[in-house]
Amino acid sequence: MSEISRYTISIYSENNVGLLNRVSAIFLKRHINLLSFSTSQSEIPNVFRFVIVVKVTEEKIKKLVQQIEKQVDVIKAYYHTDEETIFQESALYKVKSSYLFEERQIQNIIKDSHANIVTVSPEFFVIEKTGFRHETEKLREDLAPYGLLQFVRSGRISVTKAPMGISEILNNFNNQNND
Amino acid sequence: MEKQSPLHISGAEAVIRCLLAEGVDLIYGYPGGAIMPIYDELYKFSDQLHHVLTRHEQGATHAAQGFARTSGKVGVAMATSGPGATNLVTGIADAQIDSTPMVCITGQVASHLLGSDAFQETDIIGISTPVTKWNYQITKASEIPEIMAKAFYIARSGRPGPVLIDITKDAQFELFDFSYEKCKGVRSYQPVPVLEHSQVEAAAEAINAAKKPMIIWGQGVILGEAEEEFKTFVEQSGIPAVWTILGLSALPTKHPLNMGMVGMHGNYGPNLLTNECDVLIAIGMRFDDRVTGNLATYAKQAKVVHLEIDPAEISKNVHADYPVLGDCKASLTALTPLVEHKELTDWKAQFAIHMKTEFEQVIKADTQPTKEGLTMGETIASINKHTGGDAVIVTDVGQHQMITCRYAEFIRSKSNVTSGGLGTMGFALPAAIGAKMGAQDRHVVAVIGDGGYQMTIQELGTIFQTGTAVKIVVLNNDYLGMVRQWQQLFFDKRYASTEMTNPDFVTIAKGYHIDAKRVTKRQELDQAVKEMIASDQPYFLEVCVEKEDNVFPMIPTGASVSDIRLQ
Repeated sequence: MSEISRYTISIYSENNVGLLNRVSAIFLKRHINLLSFSTSQSEIPNVFRFVIVVKVTEEKIKKLVQQIEKQVDVIKAYYHTDEETIFQESALYKVKSSYLFEERQIQNIIKDSHANIVTVSPEFFVIEKTGFRHETEKLREDLAPYGLLQFVRSGRISVTKAPMGISEILNNFNNQNND
Repeated sequence: MEKQSPLHISGAEAVIRCLLAEGVDLIYGYPGGAIMPIYDELYKFSDQLHHVLTRHEQGATHAAQGFARTSGKVGVAMATSGPGATNLVTGIADAQIDSTPMVCITGQVASHLLGSDAFQETDIIGISTPVTKWNYQITKASEIPEIMAKAFYIARSGRPGPVLIDITKDAQFELFDFSYEKCKGVRSYQPVPVLEHSQVEAAAEAINAAKKPMIIWGQGVILGEAEEEFKTFVEQSGIPAVWTILGLSALPTKHPLNMGMVGMHGNYGPNLLTNECDVLIAIGMRFDDRVTGNLATYAKQAKVVHLEIDPAEISKNVHADYPVLGDCKASLTALTPLVEHKELTDWKAQFAIHMKTEFEQVIKADTQPTKEGLTMGETIASINKHTGGDAVIVTDVGQHQMITCRYAEFIRSKSNVTSGGLGTMGFALPAAIGAKMGAQDRHVVAVIGDGGYQMTIQELGTIFQTGTAVKIVVLNNDYLGMVRQWQQLFFDKRYASTEMTNPDFVTIAKGYHIDAKRVTKRQELDQAVKEMIASDQPYFLEVCVEKEDNVFPMIPTGASVSDIRLQ
């Protein structure tokens, strides 16, 4: 219970201004740093999904999820280990175009990493790589000697292996209120 | 639900109509620029909705809290934008940690000015987010009915708490077709967990197997209006029961199974026996650190049964072996028939033995002193005598609060109003105003220290203007007594900034045309208290008590409940 490991928190919520603040305040209040944070539309219309990654003990993650779920606008919150989820991150790499033609090695790096070239212009080209952290990180290290003009990586996005059951929760609510 | 036919009205008028539809007839507040349209409507509706002008917005929140605590209704406070809104924050934080149902309405600059650093603009949504159960900014009049309905529903349902609604000035002026429907549910919010019978059965089994069970109850019993169910449970099971500070008054003081208070300045037996009981039955309480002391040595020998409405409280501080999620009115109703009655004679005798020790070493000297100086304890004893335990007692924070909660006697629930979780000095005077308005047929006695009294002393103006017959007792030791006690015990008597040079409190009260008296001698005390209680007007009584008395028993911070000190 006291061992620190990486957990992914998934939150299904209403899309209300201010909820982001409310969720982040839960971590701030407990002095917990977020390793990654992303939000998007979920599979259900008008339901938002947060994916947050933190490194804490299991005891702590349970309490965090309880506090998150307590928020009025949160429909349901879960936590999962890496093994219980399918997760990816995306990264973009901006490199000078001249390198693409002058350095043969860079072409091999792109090919070996299974990265995609998103755009090429006379001044720069942009590579996109989606994968695990160590994969996007390796590509960054490999490209670094050629002078990365810009690098950016997204937060983790993840889906769980097990079903989430949010539609059931919402259907139950609708049924109860139509009784 | 019946729907009202649409009225074409302003957002400001809609706010008032929403309040009326929610059964509100009394609000506390302070006007200002960004909320003037609503105040203008208050003027028109003054025959239906009474507004109490406090002397500071913080006073409005505490008054709303006091009202909520004695009436069981939602308290409402109103303020303007900027400083008006920020002045509400202490009261909101207090209501959040003490689960008090409250709706705060703030004015905001016009929506086109949001984010422009306009005059009296402040991000009150951002500021209040960590201390509200829910908050929302309204920028269109058409949002008002639904959001106001939701605000009241959220504030009062489940584990209650404060909700803040911020309304831009243009939304207050805007005209729209108004209709109101009460909120029946919010899809992302389950206020009361569904009671699982298997949990109740498991809890009952654990309780029936116990040889030395102990009940700790908290404010959940009062908030759930489960006093009768609780009393039945206690009597049916025969289990000794102890209380947290906010649970006080849910069971009469003199009930034979009421064994006293737990926590830092609680009773000797309840604290010591927490670490000797075999089953600890927690009901509507949250194991605050002031209750538990060091968690590593708290009730480790006991199986813990926890009846609780808020799932986030289960195993938050103390592991619950037998959680029972639900409204305690429902869970107690389900639990009681499954619980066997036990006499527990030897076990109860232990409480009595510890109480005898505490009486000899602490209580006797506190409440029946023979030394020259007056004590806080004898003042409370005198109040008990003249109210028969039927008064609402409002306290502030500090030594007087601990002494009052230890010695005040209660025969009715919803009678103890104090700032528990947040420990807000300045709470009592404004809270007493609301407490009296929420229980007009009852005596309301505010017991306050000389420090906290001066934090919101301006509310004497509200008392004078409204003629609210609260009885104010200031226990004056010319010190910030609790801090001074800690300095004496833990900081080698270095009294850094705790001595107060106080004004003439009687003259101040008289300046507000409030009857006032000062007592410095024992032979004057009882008569003065009697006169105060007999008065049907506001009354101020200053009792000059011993300067350096300490509150005992005491569990020092970080110590175990077993390490409770009698001196």
